[in-house]
Amino acid sequence: MKEIGSLALDTAKLRGATLAEARIVDERRRALATRNGRIGSASDSESLGIGVRVIADGSFGFAATDDLTREGVQNCAAQAVQIARASARVKSAELHLVPEPAHVAEWASPCRIDPFGISIEKNLELLFAIDTELRKVKGVTLAETGMNFRRYEQWFYSTEGSEIHQTFVTTGAGYAAHSFAGAEIQKRSYPNSFGGQYQNKGYELIEELQLLDHAGAVGEQAVALHSADQCPQGKFDVILASDQLSLQIHESIGHPIELDRVLGMEANFAGTSFLTLDKLRTLKYGSDLVNVVADATELHGPGLGTFAFDDEGVAAQCTPIITNGLFTGYLTSRDTSPFVGATRSGGCLRAEGWNRLPIVRMTNISILPGESPLSLEQLIASTDHGILMETNRSWSIDDKRYNFQFSCEMGWEILGGKRQRMLKNPSYSGISTDFWNSMDAICSRDEWKLWGTPNCGKGQPQQVMGTGHGAAPARFRGITVGTAYKGNS
Amino acid sequence: MLTRDQASAIFDKLRKYSSADEVELLISSGRSALTRFANNAIHQNVAEESHTLSVRTSIDVGSATGGRTARASTNKLDDDSLRRLAQTAETLGRTQQADPDLLPMPTPDEVAGAELDGDGIVQRHVERTSRIDARERADAVSRIVDVAKKNSLVSAGIYATSEFSEGLFNSHGVAKWHEQTSAEVSITMMGDTSSGWQKANSPDAADLDPVKLAEVAAEKAVRSANPIELPPGKYTVILEPSAVLDIVGFMLWDFSGSALLEQRSFLNDRVGTKLFGDNITVEDDVYHPLQTGAAFDGEGMTRQRLKLIDKGVVRELAYSRGAATKMRHSELAAKVGSVTPTGHGFMLPNEMGEAPLNIVFSGAEAGSAQTVDQMIASTERGILVTRLWYIREVDPYEKILTGMTRDGTFLVEHSKVQSGVRNFRFNQSLIQMLRNVEALGQAVRASGEESIDMVVPPMTVREFNLTETTKF
Repeated sequence: MKEIGSLALDTAKLRGATLAEARIVDERRRALATRNGRIGSASDSESLGIGVRVIADGSFGFAATDDLTREGVQNCAAQAVQIARASARVKSAELHLVPEPAHVAEWASPCRIDPFGISIEKNLELLFAIDTELRKVKGVTLAETGMNFRRYEQWFYSTEGSEIHQTFVTTGAGYAAHSFAGAEIQKRSYPNSFGGQYQNKGYELIEELQLLDHAGAVGEQAVALHSADQCPQGKFDVILASDQLSLQIHESIGHPIELDRVLGMEANFAGTSFLTLDKLRTLKYGSDLVNVVADATELHGPGLGTFAFDDEGVAAQCTPIITNGLFTGYLTSRDTSPFVGATRSGGCLRAEGWNRLPIVRMTNISILPGESPLSLEQLIASTDHGILMETNRSWSIDDKRYNFQFSCEMGWEILGGKRQRMLKNPSYSGISTDFWNSMDAICSRDEWKLWGTPNCGKGQPQQVMGTGHGAAPARFRGITVGTAYKGNS
Repeated sequence: MLTRDQASAIFDKLRKYSSADEVELLISSGRSALTRFANNAIHQNVAEESHTLSVRTSIDVGSATGGRTARASTNKLDDDSLRRLAQTAETLGRTQQADPDLLPMPTPDEVAGAELDGDGIVQRHVERTSRIDARERADAVSRIVDVAKKNSLVSAGIYATSEFSEGLFNSHGVAKWHEQTSAEVSITMMGDTSSGWQKANSPDAADLDPVKLAEVAAEKAVRSANPIELPPGKYTVILEPSAVLDIVGFMLWDFSGSALLEQRSFLNDRVGTKLFGDNITVEDDVYHPLQTGAAFDGEGMTRQRLKLIDKGVVRELAYSRGAATKMRHSELAAKVGSVTPTGHGFMLPNEMGEAPLNIVFSGAEAGSAQTVDQMIASTERGILVTRLWYIREVDPYEKILTGMTRDGTFLVEHSKVQSGVRNFRFNQSLIQMLRNVEALGQAVRASGEESIDMVVPPMTVREFNLTETTKF
């Protein structure tokens, strides 16, 4: 691979690039899924190619190809320089990249059991067993199960001297039971909705999830929701389970702290951010209990945002994002860091694959657990009148990331510190900063889980990225509940 | 970009390397480039050339125990990789549980569509679009930026072009090929307190006028400056075509035989009923001159025209071959009208079955179509919406959708646009919305970010449920 990378860098330099980076990626995926006792997906895929990013005439250019012949690589590098020169025809300022030492490194995400070494028969046997358990429950009309494995190997070379080889193994699995009855479709999922749980782990994740053990209960809950009461409308204290809180973090903290959004670079598609530069170290983002980090280091755990180096060769870091409620940091790259006076990138530039330009992305954006011991049951016991919401059903937020609305699969009314009746169609809405400032309790480490969001979309052409979010159940006071059905029932 | 002959030669090799009973190759190949700008300058500028070979093999189809099928994909074209590709698909297939419902791959006779123009072939490759380079795109961006600067605005957006081919070959002799180009411009203009947006695409770049799009986006940004805040409530809304496609796109996946069989569709128990207003007629028509895409599906079946909604009545659904067979043997068969494969299946195996993806709404009848300006002129009080954003499903059966307005939302009062308004969140049943359409304009090819491009008219809708406001 080094020969290919060197050829790309040499060609780019020869054509006039002042900086060149080559990323060669060899990726393999396996997707298995069932639907109502039949195969829904059984596919293997692989992809190998090179992406070359250059600076020429003070502007960026990027080209990618899967033609790794000598001629193909040279053409690709030359095209990247040509594109950079075209970029320079419409520029407003010279690019300035903050420095990063050259790194020569090898790294692999921890993987105890290679998922590609597990027989397909064994995987399908488990998925069909879950499918059977789900459909044993009378009233379950659709059972979906799935398992996904990915091996992503990347070689990064730059004209600044970096040579970085990283290998990631990602595993994901989950299932859902749907129930159609009367004029209603209800759904329950495990261990999370929209594909389940994903981490940078091997097959050991499948074993840890104990998928089959929960199938019966999940099917029963999907059916039971039909006879549950509709979630009321009004202002309530809300407890979010850690799966739902992880998506709340993703949407109302993770995206607005992307510095490229703040600077207007995503204005046409993903949008901008309410976190204008004047808010740094002045905005009270949340209550004193809110502490959030962007942590890509291995110490944080096997999240989808864990790596050793980002895709422009910057070493993984942990950046305080919200400290005791105060907004303290953005997600940055080498070219965006100067806008906040930073002398080093936060290491958040990531690409979906060899054919995509790396852009600022979330790493692991996690809320830290409470320091005093507090279980979910203790949190419920200390809540007089509230609603507990679990597992996301839908999510939406405006293009500056102020106004959000989330729906969950299931809710529970809490009265007098006890979990009472089940509630269907729970939803809540609010303004991001108001919401985080209303947080008055968060559970401790025992309840904290590192969730994976494998499907975060951003960029043009659009890129899908995996991000990690650690969260523990937390309580929010006086939240608007039930607006999703207001005017429609 | 691979030619049809090159693709055919690859398929011949794969057949040789495979010992499966049946072999199918889906091949895509192309070049794409995208020039992205923000803050009145180009900040990202990319190009890509790639291929994907996706092979499906089947064994034991039609046997007493049932058949097995699986898929493997690669972008490596060398012989060793092709050999490994065929073997991987076979290995995946052989390890599966047998499926008694699995059909043999179709024959040329089966995929042929009757009564279609040009034997189901559509011409959508425009040579001049394929030749546009980074310099030409940069020049177009420069003209867009000039419009922004003239209006003291900041622009962001893209100018993208691409050229690609896709083909399908199977071991029964089916051979399908499609080539297409695409050009797309999307522009956001931003002021201190407001923004405006426009987007368009076409196989022919000559159909796009970046400066005109920039001027309309700029006008929206200027006119919506200093927006006022209105209380949430039910308002008459005038949805521009992009806003219409953003929201109606969320019902397409439900017009699917598989979705009904799995009871995940809002059309469960509703096919043949009058669900929408008399003025709602929707077809799926890949042959429409304003549509794009190939005229065959993931098994090579020729796409048929479908009348999905006829004067408010849910009529036809899309069917893959497998879904049509299952539906015919289902207890639902008597309730869903005509059941035949319609050429809308996705490549097998898959989880969603099929969907109509070439949507054509009928606009108002000739002579009665209103322009957006005429809709404004006939509205006493309402909200003009340029586009919608981040739409998600709140309730799958009542089809309640939530989302935001974005980039140009205006108060219309006394038949005129009075001012910009702060953006709203909506929670609106799509079924109810399509019962409340008071006026339709002429259907045009529209683009958005929430759904696929469609041919849709602007609409005036009464009692649209705007439930919250945001801070801008």
